[in-house]
Amino acid sequence: MLIKYAKSHEWAVKSGDLYLCGLSNYAQEKVGDIVFVELPEVGKTVKQGEPFGVIESVKAANDVYSPLNGEIVEANQKLEDEPELVNSSPLGEGWICKIKMSDSSFDNLMNEEEYKAFQEEQDD
Amino acid sequence: MMNNEKVSSLWELSKPGRQAVEIPVSDVPPAQLPEGLVRNEAPALPELSTLDLVRHYTRLSKLNFSIDSHFYPLGSCTMKYNPRINEKTARLEGFTASHPYLPEEELQGSLELMYKLQESLSDIAGFEETSLQPAAGAQGELCGVLMIRKYHESRGDTGRTRFLIPDSAHGTNPASVAMAGYEAVEVPSDSRGNIDLDKLKKLCDSSVAGIMITNPNTMGLFEERILDVLETVHACGALAYGDGANFNAIMGVVRPGELGFDVMHFNLHKTFSTPHGGGGPGAGPVGAAKKLVPFLPGPYAVKNEYESYGLFMPETSIGRMKSFYGNFGVLVRAYSYILSLGRDGLKDATEMAVLNANYLKEKLSDIFPAWYDRPCMHEFVSSGESAPSGINTMDIAKRLIDYGFHPPTVYFPLIVPEALMVEPSETESMEMLDAFSEALHKIATEAKEAPGLLHDAPHKEMVNRLDEVKAVRNPVLLDPWKS
Amino acid sequence: MASYTPHTRSDREKMMEFLGIDSLDELFQAVPPSYRYPELSMDKGRCEQAVLKELRSMADKNSSAAHTSWFLGGGVYNHYIPSVVDSIISRGEFFTAYTPYQPEVSQGSLQAIFEFQTMIAELYGMDVVNASHYDGATAMAEAALMALRCRSGRKKIILDEGIHPEYREVLETYLSGSEGYIARGECDDETACFITAFPSFRGELKDLKALGEKVHARGALFIVNADPLACGLFTPPGECGADIVTGEGQPLGIAMNSGGPLLGLFATSKKLIRKMPGRVIGQTSDGSGRPGCVLTFSAREQHIRREKATSNICSNQGLMALAAAVYMAALGKQGIRDTARLCYDKALYAARQINSLKGYSVDLTKAFFREFVVTCPMDADILSANLREKDIVAGLPLGCFEGGNERELLVCVTEMNEKEEIDRLVNAMKEAL
Repeated sequence: MLIKYAKSHEWAVKSGDLYLCGLSNYAQEKVGDIVFVELPEVGKTVKQGEPFGVIESVKAANDVYSPLNGEIVEANQKLEDEPELVNSSPLGEGWICKIKMSDSSFDNLMNEEEYKAFQEEQDD
Repeated sequence: MMNNEKVSSLWELSKPGRQAVEIPVSDVPPAQLPEGLVRNEAPALPELSTLDLVRHYTRLSKLNFSIDSHFYPLGSCTMKYNPRINEKTARLEGFTASHPYLPEEELQGSLELMYKLQESLSDIAGFEETSLQPAAGAQGELCGVLMIRKYHESRGDTGRTRFLIPDSAHGTNPASVAMAGYEAVEVPSDSRGNIDLDKLKKLCDSSVAGIMITNPNTMGLFEERILDVLETVHACGALAYGDGANFNAIMGVVRPGELGFDVMHFNLHKTFSTPHGGGGPGAGPVGAAKKLVPFLPGPYAVKNEYESYGLFMPETSIGRMKSFYGNFGVLVRAYSYILSLGRDGLKDATEMAVLNANYLKEKLSDIFPAWYDRPCMHEFVSSGESAPSGINTMDIAKRLIDYGFHPPTVYFPLIVPEALMVEPSETESMEMLDAFSEALHKIATEAKEAPGLLHDAPHKEMVNRLDEVKAVRNPVLLDPWKS
Repeated sequence: MASYTPHTRSDREKMMEFLGIDSLDELFQAVPPSYRYPELSMDKGRCEQAVLKELRSMADKNSSAAHTSWFLGGGVYNHYIPSVVDSIISRGEFFTAYTPYQPEVSQGSLQAIFEFQTMIAELYGMDVVNASHYDGATAMAEAALMALRCRSGRKKIILDEGIHPEYREVLETYLSGSEGYIARGECDDETACFITAFPSFRGELKDLKALGEKVHARGALFIVNADPLACGLFTPPGECGADIVTGEGQPLGIAMNSGGPLLGLFATSKKLIRKMPGRVIGQTSDGSGRPGCVLTFSAREQHIRREKATSNICSNQGLMALAAAVYMAALGKQGIRDTARLCYDKALYAARQINSLKGYSVDLTKAFFREFVVTCPMDADILSANLREKDIVAGLPLGCFEGGNERELLVCVTEMNEKEEIDRLVNAMKEAL
């Protein structure tokens, strides 16, 4: 399965008709202990690169940006009680939402290799 | 000096039937209570004897560091001595037992004090008029930005939607601007810690309502091209707000109003020696240049004929910032301070604050050099980055507690990594600064030789570093001992 | 001149020598020279006893509630302050400390405010209380802004009758940069919140439960500005469905002080905590499992979230919150109820006596707490001036307030007013005719 990344550190992967999205492992490490996730609103139309939620640690609150154009179909309610899943399993149980993509915006994202290079650039 | 034992909760000490103060017996017939509105159960407030109550708070007080007990070089907070004469004057019965809705002729003492304080603040900072309404620095900011908003609106100039904020600014600045309905736009700093003038020029256009400048800035540095900065801002029709948080560096040395600032707040709880009270109350009076006077919040005090004083609300005022006339008790303290020091004393306070900061900066230059190498004003910013790897600024801060010093401000300003922001204030002696420097030198050595001492610090307090993640994930916001 | 700088001449010289400078002026090189060292027009400094004399002469020009029969309220009240309150808030360890950002050396302030939060939550019947606002008016204004955040898209803020006129003015100021606007009337689908007062500016108590149900039916937030002392005796807003409760904490052991510093109270429910303004303290533990308090949910605040913060508030009224905490703990469960009951009984006694006078009337069909409106047979201003000559401050003439008229006088009676004093007021009113 092809996983792709946004410059704002969200990932997206195709799952049936929908796309599963979350926060990258790199980003969750940078944020540290996550204490709260403000989930995207189900039914909302979202645009690639626009904020659709918030990830909160003790010392910071960071916007989470939509990696795709489309509509939010489902949000991971489990994160309401267990926001730490984003730390322990960012690509698995810690997924944030499912999006019904309205175009081909997935193609604009970076593949794993490109994202790795992008991270190294960021760290410098 | 410190008591490091846990203090019981008020509810742990509570026993049914105890009461610390006696309530008078009613001398009127009991009235019928309104049906359906009466509380079912009495509120579960703790029940204590007077002595238990006094001991509880006395024990708690000993768990605090305070100016009275410790050197408290908290950058940006101006932790200077809080003179006791101010406490005495603020407790005069004529003030404490006076009511804001007394007719003006029965409130002449309070109004006179307010008027004279307004005059003094205008004199010190070079403004036309000052209003004492705002209750704190942040409220002064909101107030000043709303005044600028109203000024533009009064001229039919409604296209200005952005407010410029330097990247070294306090968090209250962008937050205040947002509350006033503006978009906060960041202005970067240059390599000497000044506002980047070229970048500022590019940002200034007809969409900009104003700029908020803290001068000296949070790096403790006076803007070297302040006149050019203000000219640039004014040239595009925007106005300049002065954040007076660092006024202790320039009181009696330069007047912001004369430099060209249009409006500024004072932090009476920083510059004018009123106590911080463990979080407040402070006071954030706002001084205005002539063109902004009509928009000042009211009511403020005015002098009428025959040497009497009254209250005045400008017709085009932005309105009230709070109920009544500001944090009056804080105003009494600040006025007492100004009377005590007078023009020479205020200038001397500033000069000693700046001398102390530069002295300490030099003393620490071999271990924690200042981020910008030029004379500082009342504070300076170093970085904990030079410490051995594995040691961060927080470790240094916490280890200082073991040496009996309150840590400096840490991790601010945001533009300096691992920031350590030190403001000694003028009321500290050379001996105290030497002792603080010596402690930091020992800590710098420990960081290399015994880093564990830093990691596990502080060692002697009632608690060590607390789990802040747990505090949010499993919130306990009310005392579990209740009920 | 008083001086709080400890520097001797030789200290100054030593420090300057260490810095390699010859004059202090060299430290101010960045200040444009032509603006340096302005001539201030204020006087030279004075010694301590001269300052005290000057300030005392000012203070003595005020009328003081300590020497007068006092029936003036209207938002700031004359209650008894137990002597322990000032004694405790005068401890330097409390009043000369900063905001408790370093919890290991601030447990005193932190635990005291944690207990304050708990006691206010108990009085209001709410889950979460913050560490205070500047006053009741700004707390109410911030509650309205919070409602706009919680109900994004809705812009209408409905104010019930009886909101303190100055509170309304403060709210108007706070809304001037926002799209929110104030309206009257019933809630609709545009309404973000409905704000009522308990009791109202005119002292009246109303059935909050019924009101709250109507507000919630339209999906708006129910905000109650409640007097904390009244909540010692009457059903608290939290038991009536309030989403946010604000109030003025001055009745809890804080002097009237010409109207400041006061104490803004702010309470809400657990589910709205992330939208709440202001600091909040929580309990947690350290690495060895020892319990301790910290500032928490900080990611909402200006020092972290900057322009996206829930408010710009930083300094609050910490020391006043401590005073209120000491007051509440000193009165305790029974004392707070007894004090509220005294205010209720005495106000009703006064109201009945005044209502029985020819020419004066009080609407006794309404329930009220501590304050009530008297309709006088003459201008309330004139009556007040008349009674003032008999050493009575009779109340607040409502002529210059919105919704009031010239003949209305707002009379306030607390536990401080003995029966004899009330009778004297009633007699003086009678004689004024």
